[in-house]
Amino acid sequence: MMPAVRIVIWVVEGTWQGCIDAASHGLPSGAQVALLHVTPSDVAEVASAATTGLLGRAFAGRRAVRSFQDVADGAASELLAAAAARLGRQDAELLRRRGRVEREVIRAVVENVDLLVVARDGDHSRLGPHSLGPATRFVVDHAPCAVLLVWPDEPPGIESIPPPPPPGHHPPPYRD
Amino acid sequence: MPGPIAETLAGLLLVATLVSAVVRPWGLPEALVAVPAAGLLLLLGILPLGQAGAEARSLAPTIGFLAAVLVLANLCDRFGLFEAAGTWMAAGSRGRPVTLLALVFAIASTVTAVLSLDATVVLLTPAVFATVARLRLRAKPHVYACTHLANSASLLLPVSNLTNLLAFSASGLSFVRFGATMALPWLAAIAVEWLVLRRFFAVDLVGHAEPVAQARNPVPVFACVVVVLTLLGFFVTSVLHVAPAFAALGGAVILAVPALVSRRATVRDVGLALEVPFLAFVLALGLIVKAVSIHGLGTLVTHLVPGGTSLGALLLIAVIAAALANLINNLPAVLLLLPAASVAGPGAVLAMLIGVNTGPNLTYVGSLATLLWRRVLRQRGEELPLSEFVRLGALTVPLVLVASTVALWVSLRLMG
Repeated sequence: MMPAVRIVIWVVEGTWQGCIDAASHGLPSGAQVALLHVTPSDVAEVASAATTGLLGRAFAGRRAVRSFQDVADGAASELLAAAAARLGRQDAELLRRRGRVEREVIRAVVENVDLLVVARDGDHSRLGPHSLGPATRFVVDHAPCAVLLVWPDEPPGIESIPPPPPPGHHPPPYRD
Repeated sequence: MPGPIAETLAGLLLVATLVSAVVRPWGLPEALVAVPAAGLLLLLGILPLGQAGAEARSLAPTIGFLAAVLVLANLCDRFGLFEAAGTWMAAGSRGRPVTLLALVFAIASTVTAVLSLDATVVLLTPAVFATVARLRLRAKPHVYACTHLANSASLLLPVSNLTNLLAFSASGLSFVRFGATMALPWLAAIAVEWLVLRRFFAVDLVGHAEPVAQARNPVPVFACVVVVLTLLGFFVTSVLHVAPAFAALGGAVILAVPALVSRRATVRDVGLALEVPFLAFVLALGLIVKAVSIHGLGTLVTHLVPGGTSLGALLLIAVIAAALANLINNLPAVLLLLPAASVAGPGAVLAMLIGVNTGPNLTYVGSLATLLWRRVLRQRGEELPLSEFVRLGALTVPLVLVASTVALWVSLRLMG
């Protein structure tokens, strides 16, 4: 028997619904699905360490609140559960990571993964060489598996293609 | 004691105080080194009692003002003001991340201006973080905006930043005049932050929040009314030539009584909210800096700070202040620069405040010294991708410095 196809869907706030919907159309039956979310570690660090600049004004008497890390972890778990429900695959493996986002995504697909599903992020009103966000660009460039890039919203129409350059115009030479 | 020895000893004690404030050995309060150091300077006669008394008298209203504002902000939190702000921002954003960022800008700038940057860093940022998490949007732009605005939007009023409070009495300006002169620089700083952050985080301001069930946090009307009345009190006391610290004290007391009666806070909570060890640190640091100033450093700083209110002079002061604030922390920086700046006039004092308040956005921990020390501590821990924060600071700080100082220059011309 052929081993089941392993698919990882990278779930990110803001684009995850479209990503799940687009992925669900093309899921081969019997595929093993994992949902991946990475919490960037700098946000909680910046938010909590900013108090250091206040020196001793740390509000010792304030009531207890959940730590930034706690809130972020809880939100990540809920997001993954919601993604599994939207996909209709309660058997999906849920992968929760924390760190440098683009590197954690690569680390998660480095072994035994056939396909990584990624939502296009970035500015969809200005399509061109920079229309992928830096993290997505890094993942597309370095993932050691096939990558399926999906539109999280409506795909642009063909009218988004700019008019051809005037006759006699040559693109700049490709440089290594 | 011979002059050079006194000078050296005072300088060494200042360095020891600053280093211990950065390193915080075993997490101990910074007062633990600062208070004995100040005591030693008094005991050895390096700081004459008369001068120490005068310095303490001039710092006392500032310290009282600070204590009242700290208690006020803390009690607002206990009345649920910041959670309510989070709920309001979530509802007002209609799920759009850019609208949410605009509301975060509005609330963070207002909270910083009225309740001080401490309230934004410690009380508002967690509420914003929780709100963004509930909306399932990306937290980075909103959290970085809070951190940046805590500094950049602390230009408006004397209460907005401890540095302003320290400089306020030395500037000779009234509360109203301070606010009126700093309104343009404050708006300029916020506008620059908006333009840069909106572009910098364009990739993360995508998608749409889901209509997830939001926590219902009713707006604490009573706390809001007290804050507004306190703000009005600042202006009224200023017009009547009464110390505005009394308005802050009044607000804190009016909020404390129902908080204690309804058991939202205990007497112990209010006592802790006063941050007595920190108040002692400010007083001790003020005395140490005074000792250093009368033994030579004062003349050096006076030579460093240019006089006049030409645009060039104001810019130079702002840049020097920003550099010094980043080297140490803006609190000692302001104490060191203040005597020279106040000689040069209110315009110079306000330019210095632009530097010490907005400069620390180059780091998120208040100074490069603290940032480096954190890196040393963390060397074996996880690597933090903080280059992004430093890159953002490198983009905004020079622009904010220039825009706000030009705005101050215009403001000074308009105010005559």
